[in-house]
Amino acid sequence: MVDQQLKIELGKQGVLVTTIEELYNWGRRSSIWPMQFGLACCAIEMIATTMARYDLARFGAEVFRPSPRQADLMIISGTVTKKMAPQVVRLYNQMAEPRYVIAMGACAISGGPFKQGYNVLKGIDRYIPVDVHIPGCPPRPEALIQAFMTLQKKIDAQPLTGEGRPRHLDAAAQGEFPVPEQGEHDLEPTSNKGVWPVPVVIR
Amino acid sequence: MKSIEEIKSAIEAAIPGAGVELIPNPSPSGQHSLRLAPADAVEVARFLRDDAELAFDFLSNVTGVDWPGKEITEKVKVTRTVTRIVDGVEQQVEETVEEPRKRVEPGCLEVVYHLFSMAKKHGPIVLRMRTVNRTDQVELPSVTPIWRSAEFQEREIFDLYGVVFTGHPDLRRLLMWKGFKDHPMRRDYVDPDDFEYEPTAHDSVLARAAAHKAAIGGVAQKGTGAGE
Repeated sequence: MVDQQLKIELGKQGVLVTTIEELYNWGRRSSIWPMQFGLACCAIEMIATTMARYDLARFGAEVFRPSPRQADLMIISGTVTKKMAPQVVRLYNQMAEPRYVIAMGACAISGGPFKQGYNVLKGIDRYIPVDVHIPGCPPRPEALIQAFMTLQKKIDAQPLTGEGRPRHLDAAAQGEFPVPEQGEHDLEPTSNKGVWPVPVVIR
Repeated sequence: MKSIEEIKSAIEAAIPGAGVELIPNPSPSGQHSLRLAPADAVEVARFLRDDAELAFDFLSNVTGVDWPGKEITEKVKVTRTVTRIVDGVEQQVEETVEEPRKRVEPGCLEVVYHLFSMAKKHGPIVLRMRTVNRTDQVELPSVTPIWRSAEFQEREIFDLYGVVFTGHPDLRRLLMWKGFKDHPMRRDYVDPDDFEYEPTAHDSVLARAAAHKAAIGGVAQKGTGAGE
């Protein structure tokens, strides 16, 4: 590691000193292309975030891709019904690594106001790994930008080797997530135990 | 617009013998409705649409109601003869007692239609239809051939309540997936047990969470008893 003070001093002399890791992560975090899909009213806030007033382009994420093959980020923007959940997981599987997920809003993180319903998935993190959860109903565009910045910090902090490296650099990492089947009353299985252990609640 | 009584007599004049019953609504809104006999419903619907004065050309809403069977307990006075010992002698004595008796009032499924007229700028008029029961005789005539806007809403009612619309061009589930069993908006539908916890669990929610914990077992928890 280069000493931070020395780095600044060298910078003043016109010499750029960096590491591969820093450069690599800078490149990754500065052009996160989200996938273009919306599930419910949170999608309206997501659209607002990309427009001129909030301008997600400042974070290098203005290019919403209509194909999962070209996308780096999946924003789960809204209620995930049990009818839609298999398709969401399938789309996630079709994305190329490195890929990230933001669960936006109360419904995407827990089922929200529809939690007690018969047809709403109680959080998409039951089937796919979620990097950033945003509460809110719906979250304001600022909250989505905050989630973006959190994700950028997370990418920045990822080492390229050893523990905690991104999945695409880890040969042993799970690449495909099982798509749940639609059963007679519920999805089967009801959650992916490898991704989402049943939470322990202490009251 | 004609009053609901006038509409009822207009229907009866146009279609002799049509089964139309006026269901009054005692609330301040006073939205009275007409219950149609399923056998005549399509004919009545066509009359309501095509009549020059009524011209109900817009079906705005179709919805379903589930009326589960009710168990009613009532007390019935019964007179019977009993043997008693009166003054040391066995005698036959008539005696009247109140006996609780249970009977089950059969349930049904109901479909409610709201009609408006775009041409005459009036409405709504509320139509109802009831099935014979909730289990095997759940057919009702579809009004999709008369108002196309009924198509998806009748599919939704078929999906969620299980009313089978005869004459519907494409009766498939709309909201739930293919292969789904039962009808989730019925009162006796039991939700799948995918219930982990609720941050502010209380009453029935707490009981449900506790039942779920007992079913899956082995999750360390403090104080999930329903009696708390």
